[in-house]
Amino acid sequence: MKIAVCVNHVPDTATKIKVGPDGKKIDTIGVTYIVNPYDEYAIEEGLKLKEKISGTVYVIGLGGDSHKESLKKALAMGADEGILLKTDQDFDSVTVAKLLAEEIKSLGCEVVFTGKQSIDFDNSATGQMISEFLGFNCVSNVVSLTIENGSLEAEREIEGGREVVKTTFPAVITAQKGINEPRYASLKGIMAAKKKVITEKSVAQSTSKTKSLGLRLPAPKNPGRILGSDAEAIKELVKLLREEAKVI
Amino acid sequence: MQNYTGVDYFNMDELLSEDEIMVRDSVRDFVSAEIIPIIEEYNRESKFPHQLISKMAELSLFGITLPQKYGCAGMNSVVYGLAMQELERGDSGIRSFVSVQSSLVMYPIYTFGSEAQKDFWLPKLASGEKIGCFGLTEPDFGSNPGGMITKAEKVDGGYLLNGAKMWITNGTLADIAVVWAKLDGKVKGFLVEKGTKGFTAPEMKGKHSLRASVTSELIFDNVFIPEENLLPNSDGLKSPLMCLNQARYGIAWGVVGSMMACYDSALNYAKSRIQFGKPIAGFQMTQEKLVYFLTEITKAQLLNLQLGRLKDNGKLRFQQVSMAKRNNCEIALTVARMSREILGANGILDEYPVMRHAANLESVKTYEGTHEMHTLIIGEDITGLPAFS
Repeated sequence: MKIAVCVNHVPDTATKIKVGPDGKKIDTIGVTYIVNPYDEYAIEEGLKLKEKISGTVYVIGLGGDSHKESLKKALAMGADEGILLKTDQDFDSVTVAKLLAEEIKSLGCEVVFTGKQSIDFDNSATGQMISEFLGFNCVSNVVSLTIENGSLEAEREIEGGREVVKTTFPAVITAQKGINEPRYASLKGIMAAKKKVITEKSVAQSTSKTKSLGLRLPAPKNPGRILGSDAEAIKELVKLLREEAKVI
Repeated sequence: MQNYTGVDYFNMDELLSEDEIMVRDSVRDFVSAEIIPIIEEYNRESKFPHQLISKMAELSLFGITLPQKYGCAGMNSVVYGLAMQELERGDSGIRSFVSVQSSLVMYPIYTFGSEAQKDFWLPKLASGEKIGCFGLTEPDFGSNPGGMITKAEKVDGGYLLNGAKMWITNGTLADIAVVWAKLDGKVKGFLVEKGTKGFTAPEMKGKHSLRASVTSELIFDNVFIPEENLLPNSDGLKSPLMCLNQARYGIAWGVVGSMMACYDSALNYAKSRIQFGKPIAGFQMTQEKLVYFLTEITKAQLLNLQLGRLKDNGKLRFQQVSMAKRNNCEIALTVARMSREILGANGILDEYPVMRHAANLESVKTYEGTHEMHTLIIGEDITGLPAFS
């Protein structure tokens, strides 16, 4: 089976984000990029499926040259081939989904794994839209997946509980934390990845349906206050929690 | 927990290859997720975390520089060093386990062993199915291993081994011991398998240091070693010293990890601990300590990287390894002790890693050639006059 995993390359969660000089993009100086954490679950799920039923795992990224770092990590974890849809443009989710879907279609993949969202722009939309473009079944926010005899049974995380969903191939699965424990890239895996190929492809001329007008950081938090260090302070604390913070 | 991002004040990542960075980051994540959350408990209870063996094998951390045909990663010495650095950020005892398995067991089998010994043992040691230890030091012969008493005597079909070794990391755990003994007055290496009649490996208890690591005695009472368990290419005292040189190289890198852990702990504590109305990081005496830590870490990183490049280019001299081991251990111990000072009374609790690192580093400064012996090795190198004989 041909298995596609879509991988995004995003700022490390520890990054202190600053808005760049144009007010529309983040300032990338000094920012460390990582594989989108939810996509690591997608990679692991793709590898597990390959180990179970055999097949080829393609990892697909869309973005600039630096995205190859994340694709290489996926190859070091055990994916077979990398494809970078190379562009320096920023696209909205629907355009990203369309470009990824076209590539997945041309590869002939029957199953697609993605993270449930990228932690940079948090649209939580790409996986579902890929399925729409491809006409695949889709289960999102999956925390447990069992595949037997061509049938997929997935548990989805929903508000206050879980939903169990059954579907068939071809399908798109978007992975949520808990679905698996992603493996580490082993040293042997890193050596093996050197022999694996990342094919660069140019993307078709595309225009986003939405346009980002600007980025804004949240207002800085007010500094903390020390009200005192003895029992006297409790009265004041309760008063402020009630009247100022309005939380009790 | 936030991802640990390391210390790189001099943009040293620019000097590393993509693979080297990838390995470092992978081992770093492993240490953050698998070692740091459990290590205080194991250290407190003086237990070795056995469950890490298979996980470290999956990462291919055993015998990193040995060929892939034996199930190893076949990577360079800088990668090996970076992996040791990251492991020791977790704990010196865990790093010691990997150092011994790789540099003191797999390396001598690879270097001095027969094809049959290599084919049989190396894949099993790489996969963690078998554990090894290295027996050189004796109760009365530490810095002067040439005086060893342990003897092998030629008998029909093999050798008879008598003597005792001490301070042997992994000894009680080991399936195979690489043991150095005098055969007709010349030091040779022997593979002694667990369970061989007359061979025991009792654990040494009561350590205040390297508590998450097993340290043992090895006792040989008329132990019969079959001919095929002699390391055929071992040749005199220089053979075990070659192994020690590999291990010392790993230690020079490893202790930078301890320093990074202590610096991280001290820096975070200093920024959040309020005294006299402001964080103690805002006081000059704390800043001086923190700057000292960062500067020494950076210097040690640069020293190690060049050491690694020399090793990979085949230009390394053992005296250079001595300098790096000597300097980095000394500094790491100082950094750990001073970090404890920044943490004040909190520094003695195992809620923070600094006291554990400080206690571990007391051993690390002494094992694999004491600080003093490394001084004399370099002293002899520059003066031509040996001060120890």
